[in-house]
Amino acid sequence: MRIRTYHDLTEPDRSGLVEQIGAQRRRVAERLAPVRRVVAVMSGKGGVGKSYVTAGLARALARSGRATGVLDADFNGPTAPHLLRLPVASCTLHDDVIEPVVSPEGVRCFSMALLLEDGRPLAFRGPETEGHVWRETLEAAALREFLADVAWGALDQLLVDLPPGVQRFQELTELMPAPPAALAVTIPTPESRDAVRRALRAAIERNATPLGVVENMVGGPFAGSAADELSAEFGVPVLARIPWHPTPDTWDLLATRI
Amino acid sequence: MKFLCVECDRQMQFEERRLPGDGTLAAAFRCPTCGRVVALLTNPMETQLVASLGVKIGGSTIAPQPLETVRGMVTTGRDDAFDDGRERGAGSGPIWSVEAQERLARVPGFVRGMVKRIYLDYAKDRGLAEITPAVMDTARSELGLEGM
Repeated sequence: MRIRTYHDLTEPDRSGLVEQIGAQRRRVAERLAPVRRVVAVMSGKGGVGKSYVTAGLARALARSGRATGVLDADFNGPTAPHLLRLPVASCTLHDDVIEPVVSPEGVRCFSMALLLEDGRPLAFRGPETEGHVWRETLEAAALREFLADVAWGALDQLLVDLPPGVQRFQELTELMPAPPAALAVTIPTPESRDAVRRALRAAIERNATPLGVVENMVGGPFAGSAADELSAEFGVPVLARIPWHPTPDTWDLLATRI
Repeated sequence: MKFLCVECDRQMQFEERRLPGDGTLAAAFRCPTCGRVVALLTNPMETQLVASLGVKIGGSTIAPQPLETVRGMVTTGRDDAFDDGRERGAGSGPIWSVEAQERLARVPGFVRGMVKRIYLDYAKDRGLAEITPAVMDTARSELGLEGM
């Protein structure tokens, strides 16, 4: 008995699961079409200040007149609304999209922090056991919806503040019609350098364009030369060295280099 | 996921979807040649995995809602996270029975506005004058609205 295989069956299928996935991707592409550049802010390392750098850079870009958005992709530790000083507001529906919340400087932002009850973790409905099987898939779906369903509008830059690790970056590249640019954030230590190296390598393997390295928490207790070493290894510039107490000038200078 | 009637060598066609409400899903497929029907039964884990992809077995018959997966699946969302005050075609659409309103009121505020719009669109599309719990049940199965 011959049993045809999946790809042998080409009759129209009402479920159209592949077509449904395709429609999701098209919706992302259409929403991002007016966005000139998507920049993934990444490190591979937790606690180096990605969100802080993202917010400082976004505010400086907006001050310089560039249309800027921040997608807070750290769903389990979202901080962008606080760092961008967003007003407390309910999210507004408009023509079947969600309006982003706009900071006093004009940064358009969307974050899981806008949706969750204060002090509560991100939790999903579903079977109580083996949650690891579907939780990452749901978070990838949330990233897709943040990209596709938020009315980002015409932006010069959409900064995507990623959580530690490279998984969310990989999800981002799979969802986008073209790979994003990558901005690496490190602190000076060798440990951070090693983690960021892996993240940058992963980004390049996914055909992302590395913009450069931002070294954060410079001049404090963290010793090392991570930014210079990463710069030499990957042939990318050190875009900024952020001191413990940066002034607006620090961020403005970084904004001119992005 | 496709089903093949091996005897007829024909791809089976989706017939019907049911969501019993216990996290499982039943979807029936019929062979267009011999008429044989088989049912795909998924356990809660399998149902969840498909839902996590934001797709619906049997297809989707309504336009996607903004943040549909997030609103449908997150259980720790703020009741006032969304300003759902705007209603399409308010005043000219189907009315809600008292029982349907009571049932809608039990839906968490985080997702209530979206659920209300979906049921309204469903009723309008089918020319229904009133939304009742029975209509909500039918819509839920037809549209694959697990947990709504």
